[in-house]
Amino acid sequence: MNIVNILEEIEKVDAEVYERLNPRRAAMKQFFNFGSKVAVAAVPLALGSMFKKAYGQTGTAVAVEEVLNFALTLEYLEYYFYQQGAATAGLIPAGSPAVGAINTIRDHEQAHVNLLKTAITGLGKTPVSFTAGQFDYTAKGTFPTVFSNYPTFLAVAQAFEDTGVRAYKGQAGNLVGTPGVLQTALQIHSVEARHASHIRQMRKAPAGGGVSALKPWITGANDSGVPQVDPVYKGEDNLIQGGVNITSLGFSSNAATEAFDEPLTMAEVNAIAGLFIRK
Amino acid sequence: MKNSLIEPQEIPSQGNDILTASFKRRSFLQYAGAGLAGVALIAAGCKKEQVSHDMGEGVDLGSGDIGILNYAYALEQLEAAFYAAVIQSPYANMPANELALLTDIRDHELAHREFFKAALSSKAIPALEVNFSSINFSSRDSVLGTAKVFEDLGVSAYNGAGKLIQSKEYLLLAGKIVSVEARHAALIRDLLENGSFANSEVIDMNGLDKARTPKEVLTMAQSFIKTTINASSLPS
Repeated sequence: MNIVNILEEIEKVDAEVYERLNPRRAAMKQFFNFGSKVAVAAVPLALGSMFKKAYGQTGTAVAVEEVLNFALTLEYLEYYFYQQGAATAGLIPAGSPAVGAINTIRDHEQAHVNLLKTAITGLGKTPVSFTAGQFDYTAKGTFPTVFSNYPTFLAVAQAFEDTGVRAYKGQAGNLVGTPGVLQTALQIHSVEARHASHIRQMRKAPAGGGVSALKPWITGANDSGVPQVDPVYKGEDNLIQGGVNITSLGFSSNAATEAFDEPLTMAEVNAIAGLFIRK
Repeated sequence: MKNSLIEPQEIPSQGNDILTASFKRRSFLQYAGAGLAGVALIAAGCKKEQVSHDMGEGVDLGSGDIGILNYAYALEQLEAAFYAAVIQSPYANMPANELALLTDIRDHELAHREFFKAALSSKAIPALEVNFSSINFSSRDSVLGTAKVFEDLGVSAYNGAGKLIQSKEYLLLAGKIVSVEARHAALIRDLLENGSFANSEVIDMNGLDKARTPKEVLTMAQSFIKTTINASSLPS
């Protein structure tokens, strides 16, 4: 076993590993001098204690588990929503393309639930668990017709999808230490964006509510026509990316905000999701 | 020509022990993580080298995060040039709603391109020469079919590049762009065939979109780009 190689591998995903291990370079050197003198068999033990120290309190595994359970909660929220919608007779216009679209989205959310459960279990952690009954899709009466009025159902769907996109985006930075998990999260993230794009088109159609101004992308802040979901779009009107004001490059405010989706923090997303979870 | 000023600084004659290695990496990160303005500053004085970019083995994207940003910039250049051509000569009887949507997409891709150009400043690769000889811009099928390829490819490119980015700031920027590309991809697919926004062509059994390596993406994109792109220094 080559400890230098291992450290270099970790360094690729966690640039601060040396800082975590010991901020003082002299002490690091001491460790390697020590390592070269002990028997090979003893190295894993020394290595184990070194990493425990480095990652002990704010360890990578804990953070990743937290992100994955956060994502799993959102996927449950979405899955049961579409499952219930698809199973409600008369809600989605029978014989229309909407039936297939909602089924497709439902199946993706179910696949995400299963994938995340497996990933969390694989980390040796416990996935959160929800039943359909634990969700209140009227959001305590805000959307009383969510499962009886098709346009309302789609309006809530749009809020969920756009929230999902923003939620995954906000967590990407917390997954840099685990490239495989990061990539999977990104692969879910873009699927949620595809869903959002389609749901927005469905709402634009006359049967879906005829929200004619709506585009597949987010224009300005809350473009949904539903003031109750303002928190879902908070900050989407941002014009500045990486210190560059996009309008200064010759683009309209609308184009500048549409071209870049914005993240939400875990707390902001939890506040939104919390409206739909029974206490 | 390599972007030598943002490469790790060589420490003379200290051998390749781990302490030196860590120092080199740290000094690189210090520069790379300094933010976009910092990159521009460090890059000052490098202009002379830029002229040789397009010679020999083609345009070198560079290494590290700058390499990945240039990789994204290259793809945005391709998309922006394509949609600019689409709007310049719309296919026959393009419906008003399609013209509006495709004009929006053009503006988004131009914004992405101009953003990368501004952010990368003198570390940016030069303008690429495109090759659209295989596209029939007067045909809706050809235009939307190509748009579908570009958008799905763009999504898979960002999905695959995320884990190669070291800076959380750049990763977030890539995240802000990729979901917009995915919105485009879904719309273009729906224009071609309603309901195909996320079908099994692009989404697997686990509900995951595609992720491709830079090598895979550039192999697919190169037939549309006249300029040879050298991605050999990109992280993998």
